[in-house]
Amino acid sequence: MFKHRHLLTCATLSAEEITSLLDVADKAAELNRQVNKKRELLRGRTLINLFFEPSTRTQASFELAAKRLGADVLNMNVATSSMSKGETLIDTAQTLNAMRPDIIVVRHHAAGAVELLSQKVSCSVINAGDGAHQHPTQALLDALTMRRAKGRIAGLIVAICGDVVHSRVARSNIDLLNKLGAHVRLIAPSTLLPPQPDLLGVKVFTDMWKGLEGADVVMMLRMQRERMSGSFVPSTREYYHYFGLDEEKLECAKPDALVMHPGPINRGVEIASTVADGAKSVIHEQVEMGVAVRSAVLESLARHLPNT
Amino acid sequence: MAANHNKTPAGPTVFINARLVDPGARRDEPGGLLVRDGVIADIGGHLRRNAPEGAEVIDCRGNVLCPGLIDMQVFMGEPGYEHRETIRTAGEAAAAGGVTTIVVMPDTNPVIDQVALVDFIQRRARDNCVVNVRTCAALTKGLEGKEMTEIGLLQRTGAIAFSNGKNSVADTKVMRSALLYSRDFDALIVHHPEDHYLAAGGAMNSGAMSARLGLPAAHKMAEVIILERDIRLVEMTGGRYHAATISCAESLGVVKAAKARKLPVTCSVSMHHLTLNETDIGPYRTFFKLRPPLRSEEDRAALVRGVANGDIDVIVSSHDPQDADVKRRPFAEAEPGAIGLETLLAASLKLHHEEKVDLASVLRPLTINPAKLLGLASGRLDKGAPADLTLFDLNMPWVVDRDHMKARSKNTPFDEVTLLGRVLRTMVAGETVYQYA
Repeated sequence: MFKHRHLLTCATLSAEEITSLLDVADKAAELNRQVNKKRELLRGRTLINLFFEPSTRTQASFELAAKRLGADVLNMNVATSSMSKGETLIDTAQTLNAMRPDIIVVRHHAAGAVELLSQKVSCSVINAGDGAHQHPTQALLDALTMRRAKGRIAGLIVAICGDVVHSRVARSNIDLLNKLGAHVRLIAPSTLLPPQPDLLGVKVFTDMWKGLEGADVVMMLRMQRERMSGSFVPSTREYYHYFGLDEEKLECAKPDALVMHPGPINRGVEIASTVADGAKSVIHEQVEMGVAVRSAVLESLARHLPNT
Repeated sequence: MAANHNKTPAGPTVFINARLVDPGARRDEPGGLLVRDGVIADIGGHLRRNAPEGAEVIDCRGNVLCPGLIDMQVFMGEPGYEHRETIRTAGEAAAAGGVTTIVVMPDTNPVIDQVALVDFIQRRARDNCVVNVRTCAALTKGLEGKEMTEIGLLQRTGAIAFSNGKNSVADTKVMRSALLYSRDFDALIVHHPEDHYLAAGGAMNSGAMSARLGLPAAHKMAEVIILERDIRLVEMTGGRYHAATISCAESLGVVKAAKARKLPVTCSVSMHHLTLNETDIGPYRTFFKLRPPLRSEEDRAALVRGVANGDIDVIVSSHDPQDADVKRRPFAEAEPGAIGLETLLAASLKLHHEEKVDLASVLRPLTINPAKLLGLASGRLDKGAPADLTLFDLNMPWVVDRDHMKARSKNTPFDEVTLLGRVLRTMVAGETVYQYA
């Protein structure tokens, strides 16, 4: 069972905790397909979505999950917040804390910022992405999608491809998938790999054709355009040629391989439209499981929220 | 003299009575060599006097027959500066110098930083050039040292190395990315090491000579500093690195130390820096203004020792055609650079004739070493290898006459100098492309 006050990283979750969260999420996924999706578990509770970086799907996903559990939701628009008036992160945290929320969901551009904030508030904190560090609910929704499609996680070969060095999605998935016994591979040009990637418990490939051989899951990462003009990668054309997932490269993976992407996708940059929209793609299922996983996380945290 | 002037396939050709010198195979022996269908079909002592039936016979009269020279650094006027040199004139100059493969540098206008331009060079070479032309593509877009080029796609199109040409990459982070990225493709980076800031405005080597001439000078440490930086980056990234035309004893020491640590590092030196020094500039002679500048006699002697003991991997001409417009100027304002394709062999042989370097040690950095570095099948006298061959008279004296050179620009520092060693015949893929009259 999940018994933490915060959800900040996948690194400290045990396999049992992950499995129990996924079990709860499975039930939430069924409930989300009913006409009446509303529950009472978080009735009277307040959740604040505090996003210092723009986000559409993650913020909407948390908002929906919280409302379906009966909570009141406040979305903090960072452009109009007092941070832009020079307030420090800790002052903002303490100000919000004084408004007595029960849960704060935070996304911040700096690695470690969410953990810092969690130390200064008395409510629960969920990390919705801190720099290139962690995005635990993404890894959980990815695992849920895989488990529902493949029936298991242990033993699966999962190839994570693209801009690993800048990716919190990759880091969260590496931690979580390793805990569950998957075989994780990283595929990227050396300029987009972190230093000494082999120490992360993964196999590293700079040749995508080889890296995809026998893969059960191909997880593509989003490539930012500003990194493709010569600083990390020479051009989108060259990147797509060597690291874009098209049907020819996908042939190297297992015939029943899943194609995943955390979104939003860059068509023709890291993934071909025919693959993104193809039969192997579970990109839309990932979005659906996102709501389910966030429901499960809120539910699990709520069971340990103080009642006084 | 177009490469394809003879459409009917040539019959076999046999070189008899040759001194076969192949540094890659440690071969130096009397013998003969049979060429058929553009490749070396047979070689050895048994062909010394016996010509197979029907073969065209070339009597070498005891002269040296060696693999055709590979010149790893040739600056080209085409596209953009055709008044200085074209692919055709450079090819004719190369053939006259016994050079069968030239690697053209990306410093053209436009810069060779796009797939289409590599393709352009190769098509022009196929149609207009009597020797093999390979492309060293730009390492960064526009040679600006800011953003790397499409190293993977350029290599796929035929680029065999990547260089920032005459410009050094000042931004350490860019250099690191380029070395790291190129490693994934096992691509070779050829880099001219020079600290822009320290060398800025320098017209010649910093030393007693520049002090006397009153010229702004670039200290050799400008080269050593960037070279040492690059070696650290190679250590970080594992990229394959070739230090282009090092010019001083200290640089050679840095390269030797890197090799001792098993780093993938090699170096070249231009034949001008092996045969000339800063005092040759004399009364402000701009044909002796080079990039990097000519250094002291001690540095030159150290580089010669480097060739003799194999520490220097490659000798290049660094052929750099410049016309009178940019050379007939006050020394500090003149363009650096000298042509060298036609004098590459004879000037390099000065090391053998005047400094007692054995012949194989002079030829190795001109044949097998660049071939291995660039992954070429030529540069050796193996059965099945391309019949790219140079026949030369080791001891024949000749006077360099710039008015009779094949290169379009005439900026040679060896004008009116007597050199020993004359190319008699040059063959590319079994076809004679130059013959001494």
